[in-house]
Amino acid sequence: MKKSLTRRNMLKTSTAAIGAVAGAGLLKGFPAIHAADAPVIRYLGTAVNMGDAVQKKLFDDTGIKVKFIVKTTDEVVKTIFTQPNSFDIVDSEYFSMPKLVPSGNLLGMDTKRIKEWDNVTSAFTKGEVAGKKIGDQGTAPKKVMYLKGSQSKEFASEPTQYVTLIPTVYNADTLGIRPDLIKRPISTWAELLNPEFKGKASILNIPSIGIMDAAMVVEAMGEYKYPDKGNMTKEEIDLTMKIFTEAKKAGQFRAFWSDFNESVNLMASGEVVIQSMWSPAITAVRTKGIPCVYQPLKEGYRAWAAGFGLPSTTKGRQADICYEFINWYLSGWVGAYLNRQGYYSAVIPTAKKYMEAYEWDYWMMGKPATADIMSPEGKKLASKGEIRDGGSYEARMGGVACWNATMDENKYMVRKWNEMIAS
Amino acid sequence: MIKFWKIKPSVGLLSIPYSFVFIFFFFIPLVLTLIISFWDYNEYSIIPDFILENYIYIFKDCFNYEKDMCVTFKTYLSTFIFCFITWFFTLIIGFFVAYFLAFYVNSITWQIVLFLLCTIPFWTSNVIRMISWIPLLGRNGLVNDFLLYIGLTDTPQEWLLYSGFSIVLAFVHLYTLFMIVPIFNSMMRIDKSIIEAAYDNGANGLQILWNVIIPLCKPGIVIGSIFVITVVMGDFITIGIMGGQQIPSIGKIIYVEMSYLQLPAAAANAVILLALTLLIIWIMTKMIDIRKEL
Repeated sequence: MKKSLTRRNMLKTSTAAIGAVAGAGLLKGFPAIHAADAPVIRYLGTAVNMGDAVQKKLFDDTGIKVKFIVKTTDEVVKTIFTQPNSFDIVDSEYFSMPKLVPSGNLLGMDTKRIKEWDNVTSAFTKGEVAGKKIGDQGTAPKKVMYLKGSQSKEFASEPTQYVTLIPTVYNADTLGIRPDLIKRPISTWAELLNPEFKGKASILNIPSIGIMDAAMVVEAMGEYKYPDKGNMTKEEIDLTMKIFTEAKKAGQFRAFWSDFNESVNLMASGEVVIQSMWSPAITAVRTKGIPCVYQPLKEGYRAWAAGFGLPSTTKGRQADICYEFINWYLSGWVGAYLNRQGYYSAVIPTAKKYMEAYEWDYWMMGKPATADIMSPEGKKLASKGEIRDGGSYEARMGGVACWNATMDENKYMVRKWNEMIAS
Repeated sequence: MIKFWKIKPSVGLLSIPYSFVFIFFFFIPLVLTLIISFWDYNEYSIIPDFILENYIYIFKDCFNYEKDMCVTFKTYLSTFIFCFITWFFTLIIGFFVAYFLAFYVNSITWQIVLFLLCTIPFWTSNVIRMISWIPLLGRNGLVNDFLLYIGLTDTPQEWLLYSGFSIVLAFVHLYTLFMIVPIFNSMMRIDKSIIEAAYDNGANGLQILWNVIIPLCKPGIVIGSIFVITVVMGDFITIGIMGGQQIPSIGKIIYVEMSYLQLPAAAANAVILLALTLLIIWIMTKMIDIRKEL
């Protein structure tokens, strides 16, 4: 067998070489976390849901400071592979786990050290919402949750003490629409390719997520029923991309987007009236005073989930501080903060304690707002009497059809996606 | 040509800092890219090997004439077309702007002021540009409003934004400066008495331009062309934003491969892109010997 030179080993070697030259200079800034006074956590992630308010509250409650290393989803994964010692804690998505776990760069997290572990929502641990099974096509968290041990590189099929990530936040994604420009109800994913919206539709140009939206559309059009959308065969990828290539050639799409801000601009300017969108982008369009709906569709939602992981070298005081941080994160204040942005907290009962009753009713129960609903930054999101798009937690998360995924045929899928863009 | 070993030691010393930067931050990474393009890889690591798969993969289906053109050829073709059109317009506009600055503006202060005006496109970031083109070229943008108002069209023109047109517009808007600077530099070094001599010998303005100024500006034109062509060949951000992510570019393919950790595949694509760009530059320098002209 060939000895594989992983990026990690390569990095180790090169770090050693640099270390020999740079010596003490490099070491000085390195173990920031071991400094006995104010502990600092180097937090790697997209940090989309970590505002200044969270940092301030964290410091007030625990004395821990956070230093952010902000990267895009794909870059976070790349950093875990190539620089596993450049961060203390990582905020990653579950769909990256099939790629990350075999590398051995992440630690199996000890659930015994998580106070609220038993209260983590069943959507993660069992794939159920309110006792009902939800869709598990794609990389559903429960499939990649448990490990065989703390340093294991293999997933366990049954619940164990060790998990890949401690869940923090998740949501159900769907299409965003401009109701004022469409002027009729939208109820199915198939509408994305409806010729009525020729030149006014958009989809995101991030292959691993775009393909899932594409699959929802293909299935809704009745073209094909996938055994597992989240793990397509080559033929299924070909079929999906053929349908989208034809639509693209016919001028269905105004643009594709790959950056959060692009999706906001496309929608706010009216260039696009129906497109794949993320929840905070909807909020951003709405706070400009432009109507935008996160439209629930009958085929269900595409869900995603994220959590905290630690590098496999974590131990001692560094581990203590990280676990303390995670326990604080799940203790409710942040949960309420996330819920108010339209996401869901992984530990619901603690988040409830920090939300007003009318907020809870609006965000979680799907009841009409009895007062104006404000974002965590104090901007108005909804007026009295409005109902959240998609309704209650049970209706939204219960309606999940599939999860963001890493497919076995990932390489082939990316190539086919590029072909569609080039067509 | 000056022989390297004949350079005086003191001159050699001066070149050490730049050589150091060049070797460590350009030459070594380039060699590594070349080496890695022959390596194998899986989902999470790159494996030392010597395989041609990464290259074969790029040209797979490219020589099967029954099928449509392969992605690689299509992408390069579209990149070449953008390159040519952008080069053409930046050259024409850049040349005349430089001509105006060099021969019609007599005060050095005004030359500097007008020169700075040419750098305005660089004052804005990509993000700002991405947002600011929409209100101008978009469906409900200023240009469309104007066209509708004067009754030139009945429906908003969609080809203004997220199209080949908008990409070329952005490129020309951005990179004309790269032509202006070297051409202006060449023009400023033209001895005014040569032009006077041509004039005294009865040449008209057009003849002077064609037979005197353009030949003397050749080095500037070639240097400007090299700037523009290399930048456009490797661009993926402008093509992505202005083309609405619907128009392919080699840069984007490399970027996607890198974000999926397919580093050897990305390296192979990069090597091919580099080879092609160097080939174009080589052809251009064959046409005009810059070294001699400088």
